[in-house]
Amino acid sequence: MATTAPTEPLATSSSPTSDTLNQAAGLWRYMKRNPSIIAGFVLLGIIILFWAFGTLMTAPEDAKDLAFAPPNKRPSLQNPHPCYSSENPRELCFAYDNEERQHFLGTDRLGKDILASFSQGIPQTIMIGLIAGSLGTVVGTILAFAAGYYGGILDAAIRFIVDTLQTIPGLLILIIITIAWREVGGGEMTFIQLALIIAMLAWLGPTRVVRSQVLVMKQRSYVEMARLSGMNGPEVILKEMMPNLMPFIVANFVLAVSSAILASIGLEALGLGDFSSNTLGMMIYHNIWYGSLVNGWWWWWSPPIVVIVILFIGLFMLSRGMDEWANPRLRRRF
Amino acid sequence: MTVDYLARRIGMFVAVIFVATSFNFFLPRFTGQDPIATRLELLAAEGVTTRAEDYAALIETYNAKFGLDRPLVLQYLTYLSTAVRFDFGESITKYPTRVSELINQAMPWSIGLLVTSTLLAFVVGTLGGAVLAWQHGPKAAFELILPPFFLLAAVPYYLLGLILIWLLAFQAKLLPLGGGYAPTTLPDWSDFGFLWEVFKHSLLPALSIVLASIGFWALGMRSMMITMQGEDYMLQAEAKGLTKARAFFRYAVRNAVLPQTTALALTLPHVVSGAILVERIFGYPGIGRVLYEAITGFDYFVIQGVVFIIVLAIAFAMLVIDVIYPLLDPRISYSSA
Repeated sequence: MATTAPTEPLATSSSPTSDTLNQAAGLWRYMKRNPSIIAGFVLLGIIILFWAFGTLMTAPEDAKDLAFAPPNKRPSLQNPHPCYSSENPRELCFAYDNEERQHFLGTDRLGKDILASFSQGIPQTIMIGLIAGSLGTVVGTILAFAAGYYGGILDAAIRFIVDTLQTIPGLLILIIITIAWREVGGGEMTFIQLALIIAMLAWLGPTRVVRSQVLVMKQRSYVEMARLSGMNGPEVILKEMMPNLMPFIVANFVLAVSSAILASIGLEALGLGDFSSNTLGMMIYHNIWYGSLVNGWWWWWSPPIVVIVILFIGLFMLSRGMDEWANPRLRRRF
Repeated sequence: MTVDYLARRIGMFVAVIFVATSFNFFLPRFTGQDPIATRLELLAAEGVTTRAEDYAALIETYNAKFGLDRPLVLQYLTYLSTAVRFDFGESITKYPTRVSELINQAMPWSIGLLVTSTLLAFVVGTLGGAVLAWQHGPKAAFELILPPFFLLAAVPYYLLGLILIWLLAFQAKLLPLGGGYAPTTLPDWSDFGFLWEVFKHSLLPALSIVLASIGFWALGMRSMMITMQGEDYMLQAEAKGLTKARAFFRYAVRNAVLPQTTALALTLPHVVSGAILVERIFGYPGIGRVLYEAITGFDYFVIQGVVFIIVLAIAFAMLVIDVIYPLLDPRISYSSA
């Protein structure tokens, strides 16, 4: 990537370390011209810091449902918890080890420390996005090259399947599969399985957009040159086309992660998630289920909404910035 | 050439509908769920008890009633032959209500809410995006107003809905919390008071959809407009001394709006499926709620009916776009498509 300016002295490439330094400096100079990428990284960084703070300040068992508390620690009508007072309105008074730990963000109706739920749920939600997003991108890219490069019946078949599946609303297919899957697992479903279900449809988008890029690239003279010089199909794809399409695929990967997280939160908000997890979507579900909006439990429903909003805006800025990086024509400011 | 293209395109239309509806027939059936058992569980939850020996007979009767005891192939053939006549049979969970009746009741709610809000967001977003990209326009104001909408577009609309419920319905008490109309009023479409009631209930869901989708349309339009401005004919328009308004509307917007209309035509049919999550959060009596209840109760016939109509609408919209597009945009010819 020609990120360094042509006026840069070429002699600096004498040692590998200064080379790396140069590349880093070039990368930094480029990033400064692309504020979207910086904003995206900053927002995602905020979420990681928040997660780190939560992990340092809480213990994993704080995020457990009251049903998992030792019997003598479960608050009851006869034995109300010490936190049960009007001076402490942000505790819903269901956390069982309140005397030992401070609850920075309060506790929820299920007896979970809200901060502890986040330190568990944020990695889980991001994991769903990464699993479904990367599976979708890899499968989609392979299918796109198969369809776009080789054409013919293969292309027609792949295009027909994609077109057909896209006429049925994706959420509908996901709901049906999720309900079936839960039943197979005896009502239980882990969030990893949810990610795999979402991956079943996550390849549709990448297949479509990458295929159209492959079609355009196939016409380029250097690809034709490579074919004329006797390279076979896989060689042309791996050596000539992939390196050039990589930025575009990476930019689309961010988008795929974002839409996988969106789908997971949607399914979870409908009550089809992993009830033993603390993903952001499950927090939304519990909030809807217990009516925390109309009960005025603002400290319960507002943090997940804020985190989800920051997460999506961060991913959005990142994908826009990467789009610009992958497609320099967009760089032209008006 | 055109006739050949049309024939191929219509063949594709039929094939897509056939495959999608078949998929929709088999997918719920391969989940291993029993809609009859689900319904009996529901009845039991309502307090209707059945003696154990009657239970098996009851299931058998139900299965025979809905034809679920016949071989799958026969069920499939019946489904295909009745679906083309828009006859989807009776609902299992809401027996004896007919599926078409359920759809007819819910569809106006969804279409009214979603078509209005989608079109509103489309017009506002497209115009805003166009002005934002236009070099000679009143950009300053738009540069302040629009970027927040770009960010809102990244937020799921149902979360926006939750925030709006809290702000406008719970805190300010300006608008109702949810539902299609107040539970105490009787639906009477000729009564002005009732219409006002319906309008007030639709404002919050509509607002959340509009706010969350303006940015989407604006972004698409903006990037198209930027591409347009590099074109030679824009330079020519300027050189000819055309008024800025004419160059804007006739030269730039006229060309940039074409892909936008395609996107709109592909979005609108999804309206038929309703916004499942928005309708659920606001308790709105639209088709999204019917669909969700049908899926959770494994009401095969309702799922089949609703999805058939959705698939039909989307496939039809795609067909119309492909056929009309070369007329809208002379640069595209039928043969290349």
